[in-house]
Amino acid sequence: MDILEQLNYWAAISLAMVGLFTIMSRGHLIKKLIGLSLFQTSVFLLFITIGKLSGGTAPIISKDFLYYSNPLPHVLILTAIVVSIATLAVGLALSVAIKRTYGTGEDDELEDLDRNEGEP
Amino acid sequence: MISDQLPIIQIVILLVASPLCVIFRNGNWAWAIATLSTWTVLGIVSFLTFNIIQEGPISYHLGGWRPPFGIEYSLDSLNIYIILLIVFIASIILPYSKGIIKKEIEHNRRHLFYSIFLLALLGLIGIAATGDLFNVYVFLEISSLATYVLIGLGRKRQSLKAAYRYLIQGTIGATFILIGIGFLYSMTGTLNMSDLSTRLQPIIDTRPVIAGISIITVGILIKLALFPLHLWLPAAYTHAPTVVSAFLAAVSTKVGAYLLLRFIYSIIGPSLTFDSIPLLEILLSLASLAILVGAIIAIFQNDIRRLLAFSSISQIGYLVVGISIPTVTGLTGGIVHIANHGITKGAMFMTIGCIAYSVGETKLKNLKGLAKRMPFTSAALLIGGLSLIGVPGTAGFIGKWYIVQAALDYGLWPVAIIVLLGSLLAIIYVGKILESIYFSKGEIVFGRVEKLSFYQIIPVWLLIIATIYFGIHTDLTLGISIEASNTLVGGQ
Repeated sequence: MDILEQLNYWAAISLAMVGLFTIMSRGHLIKKLIGLSLFQTSVFLLFITIGKLSGGTAPIISKDFLYYSNPLPHVLILTAIVVSIATLAVGLALSVAIKRTYGTGEDDELEDLDRNEGEP
Repeated sequence: MISDQLPIIQIVILLVASPLCVIFRNGNWAWAIATLSTWTVLGIVSFLTFNIIQEGPISYHLGGWRPPFGIEYSLDSLNIYIILLIVFIASIILPYSKGIIKKEIEHNRRHLFYSIFLLALLGLIGIAATGDLFNVYVFLEISSLATYVLIGLGRKRQSLKAAYRYLIQGTIGATFILIGIGFLYSMTGTLNMSDLSTRLQPIIDTRPVIAGISIITVGILIKLALFPLHLWLPAAYTHAPTVVSAFLAAVSTKVGAYLLLRFIYSIIGPSLTFDSIPLLEILLSLASLAILVGAIIAIFQNDIRRLLAFSSISQIGYLVVGISIPTVTGLTGGIVHIANHGITKGAMFMTIGCIAYSVGETKLKNLKGLAKRMPFTSAALLIGGLSLIGVPGTAGFIGKWYIVQAALDYGLWPVAIIVLLGSLLAIIYVGKILESIYFSKGEIVFGRVEKLSFYQIIPVWLLIIATIYFGIHTDLTLGISIEASNTLVGGQ
């Protein structure tokens, strides 16, 4: 039962680990970005879970409701989502530019191409 | 009163100027807008500095919302000092960039360069100015995203790779900071730094708080490029346009150091958790390693920019050693070294920019006999090098002196030895540069030397003279640093 109660936290942790592992293990530039995106998404889930109170309603002042969920984490995450989209856009643009100049999107091949020119 | 709004105006000016640069679609106009707005901000920041020294800290409430509910910009002697450094360097680098980027950035992209430069600048100022933890994250991402693009503007294709690597690692770092903020927020329900530090005190030993503190520290260390999290730095400094390398080397990592100071001493400092987590010991050992490893790798580099990048890693070690000795002397050493190293490294990277502009080379073996062709530029490199070593009479000496003193006072004599050893290693790597441009015999490889314009010579020498000036007249830098460290560790 314990795990089910904290399901969101476990989901956030698993997403973060999957994301970080993808960044580290994959060589392709786009795949790394997918991992990065997953990692960031896991943080959004974490923040949204923090803001939820079981039995809480929307933050409206009324005599009928005693508990309400904190809206601030959601607002913070809206900003963080915008940031993550911007990061992803810059990352994709850089990947396209790298593919254009090097002709490949694999990390190892990029290394080899530069090493052949003698410039690490 | 308009003067009450100055803490936000310094950021808004840049925020308005940045899209203006894009609208004008002309490199020269964009340059003029960027330079003028940065100089205006320099005026504002100087005025604020004067005010803060006279009358004490300023707390600005954004939109009139009282903290801890609203966002607060709190300016005290520590952050105004950092902001002054950032804006001072930027307002010198911008005139310098006028001539130098002609060779580095395509004509039709120059206005975009200035637009993004202003965004990076405003992000860095914002990180230093704000008193709200989530705002730190937002400004951090603004400046980082702008920095990735600036690095990617380099002429060689390696700059794209460097930018991509920095994007991946920098984003992981920033996301770590965000996770940590989430942990601290879930435990305290506040994002305001001073409020957070009071509310953390009773619960500082709980597991989520310790986890949050650790995660934020790791995130900051990635941004600060402390060994072993420095992997993005050498490639970024080597392949970025020289203007960008100078700016990054001078201020970008220094803001990371500020963030570390603020986080350790203002937020978690009052409750002194140093017993439950060995935070300072870990930082101290990593920093000592950074000093040695950075300097040793620097010795084996063949490209002068790459060499200086590794020297930066070593110097970041000094900063962190100063920061992790929790006495007034230690912090003073760290804070003074932030500015002095920033000025020195900025000056050196700008000089190298001049060399790259004139002879089109930054490989050491191709720069033989440079001193005969460019005596003044070589002299600038010499003075900067002396400051990196920490010769008395240059800016680099002051910080190291205080750090060694603090280490000895605190009973950390191995650290003092490492700092001195680092200086010896610095003699070797600076010697390697000087040997190749002054003493090496052999054929001169580079061809025609292009003349530098005043736009380049004056800014470089301004910073070089500042390097000497702050080594002799230490009242300004030391005065503010001592006051800042007093507020941080409270006269222990």
